[in-house]
Amino acid sequence: MTPINPDQLIVQLTQWALSFLDSYPLVAVLVAILLSTVPLVAVFPICFAITTWLERKGLARIQNRIGPNRTGFLGMLQPIADGIKMLLKEDIVPKTSDRLAHFLAPVVLMVPAFTILSVLPFNRNMIPAAVDTGVILFFALGSVSTLAVFMAGWSSRNKYSLLGGMRAIAQMVSYELPLVLSGVTVIMMTGSLDTTKIVAQQQLSEWIQSSNAGLQCLGQIIGWNVFTPWGFAGFLIFFVASLAEINRCPFDLPEADSEIVAGHLTEYSGFKYALFFMSEYVSAFAINGLSTTLFLGGWSGPNIRPPWSDDPNALLIPGFVWFFAKMFALMLVMIWIRGTLPRLRVDHLMGFAWKFLLPLAIMNIFVGGFYYYAPRWHGIPVVGWPIGFLVMYLSYECIGRLNRGPKTAQRVYHYAS
Amino acid sequence: MNTETIAPREYQIYSGDDLRTNVLEISMGPQHPSTHGVFRMDVSLDGETVVKLKPVFGYLHRNHEKIAETTSYLGSMPYTDRLDYFCSMTNNWAYALAVEKMAGLAVPERAEYIRVIMAELTRLQNHASLVGFLTNDLGASGTPLLYAIREREHILDLFEWASGARMMCNYMRFGGVRNDLPSGWLAQCKKVVDDFPAFMDEFETLLTGNEIILSRCQNVGVLPRDLAINASITGPCLRASGVDYDIRKVDKYGVYDRFDFKVPLGSVGDCYDRFMIRLLEMRESVKILKQALATIPEGPVNDSKARNFRPKPAEAYGRIEGPKGELGFYLVSDGTPKPHRYHVRPPSFINLTVLEDMCLGQKIADAVIILGSIDIVLGEVDR
Repeated sequence: MTPINPDQLIVQLTQWALSFLDSYPLVAVLVAILLSTVPLVAVFPICFAITTWLERKGLARIQNRIGPNRTGFLGMLQPIADGIKMLLKEDIVPKTSDRLAHFLAPVVLMVPAFTILSVLPFNRNMIPAAVDTGVILFFALGSVSTLAVFMAGWSSRNKYSLLGGMRAIAQMVSYELPLVLSGVTVIMMTGSLDTTKIVAQQQLSEWIQSSNAGLQCLGQIIGWNVFTPWGFAGFLIFFVASLAEINRCPFDLPEADSEIVAGHLTEYSGFKYALFFMSEYVSAFAINGLSTTLFLGGWSGPNIRPPWSDDPNALLIPGFVWFFAKMFALMLVMIWIRGTLPRLRVDHLMGFAWKFLLPLAIMNIFVGGFYYYAPRWHGIPVVGWPIGFLVMYLSYECIGRLNRGPKTAQRVYHYAS
Repeated sequence: MNTETIAPREYQIYSGDDLRTNVLEISMGPQHPSTHGVFRMDVSLDGETVVKLKPVFGYLHRNHEKIAETTSYLGSMPYTDRLDYFCSMTNNWAYALAVEKMAGLAVPERAEYIRVIMAELTRLQNHASLVGFLTNDLGASGTPLLYAIREREHILDLFEWASGARMMCNYMRFGGVRNDLPSGWLAQCKKVVDDFPAFMDEFETLLTGNEIILSRCQNVGVLPRDLAINASITGPCLRASGVDYDIRKVDKYGVYDRFDFKVPLGSVGDCYDRFMIRLLEMRESVKILKQALATIPEGPVNDSKARNFRPKPAEAYGRIEGPKGELGFYLVSDGTPKPHRYHVRPPSFINLTVLEDMCLGQKIADAVIILGSIDIVLGEVDR
């Protein structure tokens, strides 16, 4: 029996359970599949429930309110109450709607939202589907949500819904580009589309590996892509583009309540609406999970060894704790942004993607290439880091200035004499 | 390439043989989150661009003017609260002013001061919540609005303390106000007024420099100076277009000539100017309130003879600078206890007439904030 390693506890348990089925290989495969997919379907709806509660409480705090406080301690049972309400509500389908598309839209949205979770490495050896082309699969499946949103918008036979669907297509197609291109830099640096390899590449940079234990503990963090100039810029571009990709404020145009009521969601009620709502949050988790994987070191965190173990690979705090902590931190930033910013207009949104994010993302690819080939001193990127940072900062300033133009400015007001 | 022109403006839509396009007609309202009540806009859209917009209202018509002609003069005082339900104090004042003008009633000094204080408090809470609602129309998820509502609550507490009601105050009477201020009211009011600039600072820091607000409000919904004058726009919308016209300065009704305050003017007349003029007017209102609270005299607050009066046959038009614009009441008396003709000049309604001119060529999202920046209350539009 191998010594207990909290980091790998779940993996060890899985292997132990599967060892009973050694003589039935077919059943073992089936069970292995279930063991890696069922937790996804179980854990993320719970995360979704926690996030709705967090969002309502967080927004309330930002807005001088208390938020839900009637259901359970601090209103923690509110998601359950909401779920019951949604289940009990009448499912209203407009008479003139395209019934099949109207019914399929939430399903088409939900299936890829859960599927893309399977390429995220939650911990070392803990990836539901170890695909060599994980990142490509993620983006390819992730963009199916556009289809679902347009299906919903089209089939509802409602003009607000149609406008919302059109907006969704325009927005998602535009923001997919900076999203993918900022990810491309990471793929380029790693040389692999495999998400596990991308995380492994961000661990423990070689120049720290040889130094003392304290630095080694830090080393897990210093290696993250976000601490390189291309990684930092890429992370910001990725985060902003992912806000647009999942229709979060300030890019929530497809469901802009003050303009087109609820966009593609206008004609949905009851549990179909709940499915839409959940899929949106699960996609948000997925995209934050990918951004954690690509830029924030995935499941790596400070190396803390359990006192009882001599195994150099044993960790006291399991990797998935760090993964979920980072993912939730990004969710909280999204909630914070929602409480702070107003919404962009449709043409500003397009301009922002095509004229600002896209050139910056392309610039970032060049900076990444330079960083890769720049000379290093004992493995430390002494040339690549400062020059890369400078180039990225200058291009940010230049592209920003070119975009700003003379149109908007703070004004001076005069008083009548 | 074929193009067809659709009414009312020359806006051309491409409709070649290969591609058949058409305008999308949307009926926004009467149930819509950002029409500020039961108001409808019949919008024709080319993609997202507004090519035609027809405001439709009357869903909240309650026969206010006719009912007022069947009751006594005092009887319609509480009914004026329901016109612009955000600003019942100023509605009361405009009506009282018209009756006083017709019947030749004098108002005691202290009552004039109380009216000024109430009217400026009304302006503060109206403008604060308007800016909040405007940011909601812009898509902020309620944060600025709730900050504004927090301040409004303090002012509504003051109204409740003085008049017994938070929104439907029914506080002014012909020849004064209904009752004197309770003891301690002025001190509390002073505290609220002194605290208000801190809220203003916070509000302005958070909003006026915001890149999204700048890009969405500036040069959107421009109301040219000439059109504003010709369409008889009043209030902050007019001043945002750069016209120096404030009835507090022009008529000097009440005791406004005793206070030192300035009239902020915009230069472009877009949504951002209308938004900023409101913020600047709030600062001026605070100035007036501070002066009024420092110099309010003692004395009676109403004229006991003014109850159940019967005016001589006459006509009068009383107007004040309400928070939304010129609020006027036109009264004709035939010598009976009931008015022969009772007419309201509602600022919201008249300011709404230029909605289409401001919205044409803009995006649908802009139409919503242009409507928000006009500041309408449907209780007043439909009467």
